Amino acid sequence: MNNSAPAFAAGYINNDGPKLITERFQFEDSFTLERFLNTGGYDGLRKALERKPSEVHDEVREAILLGRGGAGFPAGVKWGFCPEGVWPRYLVVNGDESEPGTYKDRLLMERDPHQLIEGCLIACYALGLSQCFLYVRGEMALAQERIANALNEAYEAGYVGRNILGQDFSVDIVLHWGAGAYIVGEETALIESLEGNRGMPRLKPPYFPAAIGLYGQPTIVNNVETLSNIPWIIDNGASAYKEMGSETSPGTRLFAISGHVNRPGVYEVEQGVTTFRDLFYGENFCQGIRNGNELKMFIPGGGSAPWFFEEHLDLPLEARPVGEAGSMLGSGAIVVMDETTDAVKACLRVVRFFARESCGKCSPCREGTTWEEKILRRIYEGDGRPSDIELLLDIGDNISPGPYPVAAFSDQNLEAVPFPPRQTTICPLGPSSVAPITSAIRRFRAEFETLITQRDSIPVSAAPIEVEQ
Amino acid sequence: MAYFTEENLRRAHEIIDRYPRAKSAVIPLLHLAQEQNGWITNEAMTHIAELTNVTSAEVLGTGSFYEMFKFHPVGKYLVNVCTNISCQLLGGEELLHHAESTLGITDGETTEDGLFTLEDVECIAACTEAPCFTVNYRYFHRADENTFDEVVAELRSGRSPLDKGKQGDSGDIPSHGTLSRIQQHIPLDRKAGITPPEDSKTAPVWMEKNAEEAKS
Repeated sequence: MNNSAPAFAAGYINNDGPKLITERFQFEDSFTLERFLNTGGYDGLRKALERKPSEVHDEVREAILLGRGGAGFPAGVKWGFCPEGVWPRYLVVNGDESEPGTYKDRLLMERDPHQLIEGCLIACYALGLSQCFLYVRGEMALAQERIANALNEAYEAGYVGRNILGQDFSVDIVLHWGAGAYIVGEETALIESLEGNRGMPRLKPPYFPAAIGLYGQPTIVNNVETLSNIPWIIDNGASAYKEMGSETSPGTRLFAISGHVNRPGVYEVEQGVTTFRDLFYGENFCQGIRNGNELKMFIPGGGSAPWFFEEHLDLPLEARPVGEAGSMLGSGAIVVMDETTDAVKACLRVVRFFARESCGKCSPCREGTTWEEKILRRIYEGDGRPSDIELLLDIGDNISPGPYPVAAFSDQNLEAVPFPPRQTTICPLGPSSVAPITSAIRRFRAEFETLITQRDSIPVSAAPIEVEQ
Repeated sequence: MAYFTEENLRRAHEIIDRYPRAKSAVIPLLHLAQEQNGWITNEAMTHIAELTNVTSAEVLGTGSFYEMFKFHPVGKYLVNVCTNISCQLLGGEELLHHAESTLGITDGETTEDGLFTLEDVECIAACTEAPCFTVNYRYFHRADENTFDEVVAELRSGRSPLDKGKQGDSGDIPSHGTLSRIQQHIPLDRKAGITPPEDSKTAPVWMEKNAEEAKS
């Protein structure tokens, strides 16, 4: 059993489970066309081209492939939102991975760019998309190189471009880099950025850019991991795909488990049948919390997700039960924090992220996240005020009104509030900043109060202030 | 006003030709400008505006939204230390403080010799490999103070430290501004054809296969 991560696929750990999208990671040259073709590469595309486009779409719909970017919307259904008879249509690949805790799209782009390209081609064939833009996060230089090289190889060999595989199927795939902005991961902001604008989300409706997207045309936006699954699904069929995972979340998913575990890494995990406990403590996975410490809390789906605790360890890795329990699997980013973690500090750090990354379009988010950070910082630095806890919750309520999604607390007789939150903003960035605050205050209110009362015990102005005459 | 060199102007036109609308090339061209000069000058933005048929104010408006574009000189090597949650839990902030004292600069500053600029950055997608820093967006995974010192020493002596990145990346680290060392190139005879949306209002030919199904 080889459980160690090869140095060339840093972070990836083979757990002996089914491997739909990480099969080639075992090869050092997994990103080359030669290796790709020797390991079944472009077989899915060949099979797709033998069928009618609508049949390929049906196969993906049938597979219930849930989007892997965060929202978890079924890709086949999203594909169906393109209005009839409106042309041209575009494909935009969301490779702007930047949710705190998330590391899997970068790995897929660096280690198996041809698999992603094949997924793009199949999507373009199924929906009649005439051009594809592969939007890669600006900070990922190696991923850009690997994709550029893969596209050059694929164009040369006839897999991309004019008359692909000698057939009446022609699509250009253009590599596009971002330039540093988390919000561009929101699909309408991604489109704005691709049009050469500031990356600010568009007003809804329309809720899906499949109706009105890039240049006002129908546009499908899919995540890198979502598209990387398509070749396997077309090559092996939706029914084989559904044999893995659970009924509502079939197949596998990549989870990045970081923080205080003994063996952090990126694992391809069968959905539904694996629990958080398996993942954190299992011999094939993270092998326990460091130094034998107790678990304090964990983030189950990226910085935007409400926190979970010890009592949620037995939930399966499946979108629906996690959502009902008050959080989300989001982008497959799990951050584990042990008993030594300062809850206020962790909360402040996640909130600082959202305050920095707010695009500034909606005032509840622009002003709210900024104040959340300021207030948390003064609490953390010992300058908090007794009213600050309620103030934080009130600001959160202005961004995301009503009961905020949160885990159940049996000790406080509080039920779970299911995901997702409501919002007074155009996109979910603002509401995401509320997640760490409500989670931390509900569970660790005493830690906030201690920091605030400590401050009260310190004489603020021991000496009278001297006023200049 | 000409800003781009002859070779970069050729690349600029190749980039513009990949988009149905020229304005989409604004961000890629800002990267190209930064590659040429290490940071983005007013002359560069004026030239980009001419090439993409927008105003130079629009180029600045777009560019200033994005963190990677620098509108003032920065060091040859941009060192980004991640302090977001996964890195923070495993010593990212301590690594940043070490970097500050080693280089003698704080977040956003450049060393006097113009070699290093330091930044405290948000999540850079290496969370399981925390703590992590990058040099000109090249990764150094599971880094400690020793790794940092070694990387700085290698760069000061003109050698490539990429073998210390634990990522499978190799070769030299280009000066700040250059991201990918490989460019996409679409051979003209292989290009499917990129046109403005108003010039391609009919369904792609392969979609006719669906209609055949309806007839049969």
